[in-house]
Amino acid sequence: MQEELSFGFPILSFLTFFPLLGALVVWGMKDYEMVRKATLGIAGVEMAVAAIMLMLFVPDTAAMQFAEKHEWIPFLGISFHLAVDGVSVLFLGLTAFLTVLLVLYAWDSVTLRPKAFFMSILALETTFMGIFASIDLIVFFVFWELMLIPSYFMIKLWGPGKDCHYAALKYVLYTLMGSVFMLVGFCLLSLNYFEAKQVYSFDFIDLLSVPISLGDQLLIFWLIFLGLAFKAPVFPFHSWFPDALVQGPIPMSVMFAGIKMGTYGFLRFSLPLLPDASRNETVVAILMTLGLAAIVYGAIVAIIQPDFRRLLVFSSISHLGFVVIGLFALNFQGIQGSLITMINLGFSTAGLFFLAGFMYERLGHTDVRQCTGLAKKMPLLATFLLIIGMASIGLPGTNGFIGEFLILLGVFQAWWVYGAIAVTGVIFAAAYFLWFYERAIFGPLKESLPAVIPDLNTREWAIGVSLSVMIFWIGLYPSPFLRMVNGSVQAVVERLEPGMATAQNTRQDRSQEIFRN
Amino acid sequence: MFDLLVLLIPVFPLLAVLANGLYGSRYSHELAGRLAFGSVGLSFLCTLGVLASVLANPEPRVVIAYSWIFGGNLSIDLAFLIDPLTTIMLLVVTGVGFLIHVYSVGYMHGEEGFTRFFTYMNLFMVSMLLLVMGANYVVLFIGWEGVGLCSYLLIGYYYEKISAGKAATKAFVVNRIGDAGFLLAVFLIFSHFGSLDYTTVLSQASSLSTEMATAITICLLIGAFGKSAQIPLYTWLPDAMEGPTPVSALIHAATMVTAGVYMVVRNHVLFDMAPIALTTVGIIGGLTALFAATIGLVQNDIKRVLAYSTVSQLGYMFLACGVGAYTAAIFHLVTHAFFKALLFLSAGAVIHSLSGEQDIRKMGGLHNKIPTTHKVFLVGTLAIAGIPPLAGFWSKDEIMAHAFVHGYYHLYALAAIGAFLTSFYMFRLTYLTFYGQSRVDPPVAKHIHESPSMMMGPLLILAGLAVVGGFLGVPPEHGWFQGFLHNVATPLGSETHEVGMSMLLGLMGVAVAIAIGGWGLAHYMYSIRPQIANEWAEKFPRAYTTFLNKYYVDEAYDRFIVEPFKKLGMLWDWFDQHILDRFVVGIGKGTDISAEAITWTEKHVIYAGLNVVGYGNHLLAWSWRKLQSGMVHHYAAIIVIGLAIMIHLVVLWFAGSSSVGSSMY
Repeated sequence: MQEELSFGFPILSFLTFFPLLGALVVWGMKDYEMVRKATLGIAGVEMAVAAIMLMLFVPDTAAMQFAEKHEWIPFLGISFHLAVDGVSVLFLGLTAFLTVLLVLYAWDSVTLRPKAFFMSILALETTFMGIFASIDLIVFFVFWELMLIPSYFMIKLWGPGKDCHYAALKYVLYTLMGSVFMLVGFCLLSLNYFEAKQVYSFDFIDLLSVPISLGDQLLIFWLIFLGLAFKAPVFPFHSWFPDALVQGPIPMSVMFAGIKMGTYGFLRFSLPLLPDASRNETVVAILMTLGLAAIVYGAIVAIIQPDFRRLLVFSSISHLGFVVIGLFALNFQGIQGSLITMINLGFSTAGLFFLAGFMYERLGHTDVRQCTGLAKKMPLLATFLLIIGMASIGLPGTNGFIGEFLILLGVFQAWWVYGAIAVTGVIFAAAYFLWFYERAIFGPLKESLPAVIPDLNTREWAIGVSLSVMIFWIGLYPSPFLRMVNGSVQAVVERLEPGMATAQNTRQDRSQEIFRN
Repeated sequence: MFDLLVLLIPVFPLLAVLANGLYGSRYSHELAGRLAFGSVGLSFLCTLGVLASVLANPEPRVVIAYSWIFGGNLSIDLAFLIDPLTTIMLLVVTGVGFLIHVYSVGYMHGEEGFTRFFTYMNLFMVSMLLLVMGANYVVLFIGWEGVGLCSYLLIGYYYEKISAGKAATKAFVVNRIGDAGFLLAVFLIFSHFGSLDYTTVLSQASSLSTEMATAITICLLIGAFGKSAQIPLYTWLPDAMEGPTPVSALIHAATMVTAGVYMVVRNHVLFDMAPIALTTVGIIGGLTALFAATIGLVQNDIKRVLAYSTVSQLGYMFLACGVGAYTAAIFHLVTHAFFKALLFLSAGAVIHSLSGEQDIRKMGGLHNKIPTTHKVFLVGTLAIAGIPPLAGFWSKDEIMAHAFVHGYYHLYALAAIGAFLTSFYMFRLTYLTFYGQSRVDPPVAKHIHESPSMMMGPLLILAGLAVVGGFLGVPPEHGWFQGFLHNVATPLGSETHEVGMSMLLGLMGVAVAIAIGGWGLAHYMYSIRPQIANEWAEKFPRAYTTFLNKYYVDEAYDRFIVEPFKKLGMLWDWFDQHILDRFVVGIGKGTDISAEAITWTEKHVIYAGLNVVGYGNHLLAWSWRKLQSGMVHHYAAIIVIGLAIMIHLVVLWFAGSSSVGSSMY
């Protein structure tokens, strides 16, 4: 049984709803200056509270912490249950951190309906917080779906691309389709619980306590897989991703590229709730194949992209491949590395999207064919691009290395062939990033560029510095972060050991029953 | 005290990196330069302290800074291992590094990017120190990739030059291929030993099977060949000469490129268990030594000749590893650091005095215009050519003698031919640069001047080291150097070959004859009959152009590796946009069309029916159309309603069926 630690103050509810309340307050404001200052204040308070929560978090344990539970729909066993453990706690911090940076980013750069934009960012923060804090499947699902609303509007209304309407719609329909399957999967979990306990529950903690037959697990696994894989996006379900990230506004790209809800879902729900399915040979083979395909495919397609944002999209897909193979290595290093990598991407890939935004604002595009020799005009941008880029390609000393190294080590121990294939991703990553850097930053300054290109201003500099600090902190002294996740990673690994959660029932296979109906 | 000294060694340059990197723009170049070489000087002093301690107690000692990566069964500390091998490397890195830093302050004087240059240089020092001091494979790897990064940044220092950018990318990517190999070795080691600390792994090495040892060492070799520019991964090093000359001296001659040799010697216990790997090292080393020397024969850029010479000399070090002469490999590494740093720096002084000219066809007759530079360059040439009693003679002779005595006659032959070519191309370079008619462009000729003392001082010290450095290892096999490294670099189960003095002297005589032969030929071709070189080039055009174009290896790599990957990228990009995406859009469109069709059918064919199915389809079509039309305010409502309906339907449906199921119990 999962241990739960509660806390006097409903800190998770606060983190979840404070931005939304803030958005309502902002709504009432008239003055643009007030709006952005208030938004920054709200995001800052949220960040501070999240930091306090991280400091109070007890490391080296798998316990669910800061737990709050309120009845919601008792007859279906749905309760408003929030809690965090090592798997989720860092995501809350990351979300709060990135939101502050997003507000800073949008400070001057959003001129169209700025109030609505800032409100969307805050609303988005609420939904993200909700996703990572909730451990009731339905509450999770509600936040998961609510997230579509602000993100849809952000892509549609503030997307710089001419196809942003198309991109927004495609994104919503695509991921919504996956969510439907996921919801069915969740309901099946609850039904299974009902069979054992005669009551319904969608509570993650409750669901852990009942065994599930392998057939059911496989069915539920694939249903949930669709929801998570579409959102992640796992190759080959990524075709909404380039559209949304290239057509949408930079803040949206930052969130999509930086906060990995999809793969978080695998670690949060699929692995612990469905250990037999996750361990199943076919499942592992399929996910490993998809992950490796993503690594190689994403990186090689990224090499030839002339547009920086599209390059980043494919680099992101490649990195996600690493996360997937790490998770399905099913051993400590693999899972630990995947978790750290998911957090890392919030600094590296998301950071690169910020820099792409800085370029876009100055040049009106991010096409490498139209901009060479930027180091001359923008040495600061060149420096941050190098630091964050090196983190992205996993240079030792940066955060990227910690995650990638652990993933590769884990995968190699589990299946050395997969590990050996994945290592090639390290080479391709250097190729796509450095070739881009060579063409955009090095070389003589392109004549067609504007005569005056200002280097980063203080606000943008602050964004770069905060990201760099995190990159080196995790890269050089990851101890606090590792200690926070290690307890929960250990718990997941133990659950994945054969015999731990295997259903010992002889009941008829649930999946067959469903198909008979 | 000892621990503190050890920890301070990398900390001094790190502090200089932070100071110059963050605040360098706020103070003068002068201060930045002093911080840069001063910090390396302090590291050198600490190294001397460590040396004293190691001389008193040569047992390996581990100094742990903090716990770095941990969890599960993995634990990696940021820790340093100090033993005689590390100490030697530290002396070379900080000592030669210090001299090159001092020289650079003079060389880079007045450059716009002065502070940036020294930030990178000091960062390089930090990385290189981590590389040689690391107590486990992962700390070594921080340094390993860190030096690669700094090499990248310094090659691309003149970033506005397109060729510099290209060379930088090439260096990093080719090194990454090696790094991938190294990572695989690390994973194999962890799988087998459950630890990545040298002390654990190397002491338990005997538990390895030959196959496993071979697999690990071959992967390590891929890493070593990338970093140390051996066949087939050497192509980046000659291009790396795009960087400022002190960079070539420090990174691409004296320190970074020798990291592969250091790593092989550090892991020699593993190599001793894998005969196939040892053979591979020896043959690759020997071939590279010869192959690079042939290219060096015909190059016209003073730095490129030295670059190919470096590749070739690194080949000797690997050859030494291959025949089990690990001490000799490190010995040659040290003497090479002296004379090659000297050669590069004095080449830099030549370039400096000729206002940036690097083409030896536009030099000549400089010996009386820049006499001091000429003298130190000549010392370097004599040392590398193997003229006794200079440093290169002792170390190269030790490698060749070891190969011969232990019966590796084929490797001895490769090394001997290579030695002849080395002597030839180095004296060719000297004659073309310093003797004969001056071919200097007239406007440049007016400004020829000796370099400032900031540059000449380090040159003189290095020249001194190139002269006397070899005596560290005299008498051969029994010198101070060999004794110091005896415990860390002696092959497992090696029996001592008692070799007669007459044989050793005979081999020395052959080596001297080879070196003088090369010198004589160069003297004949470039001093006595200067036109003969062109005649030979015309007589053997195919050989000449092949050498000149470096056997077309770069072109082959471009054509057979780089371009196919780009094409594959194009193909997959097309696939992504035109197949995968179309497929998804097709599903969307298909749904839309079928919804329209069903609506039409329902309306016109089974209008009267108005059954539930039809109505459902109608609803579906309507909702799709609404969504497609982009009326977003419907969206929230659809989610909420849809959610409610789905939950209810699914739950009720299964609640019914499962209550049936449960009633069976």
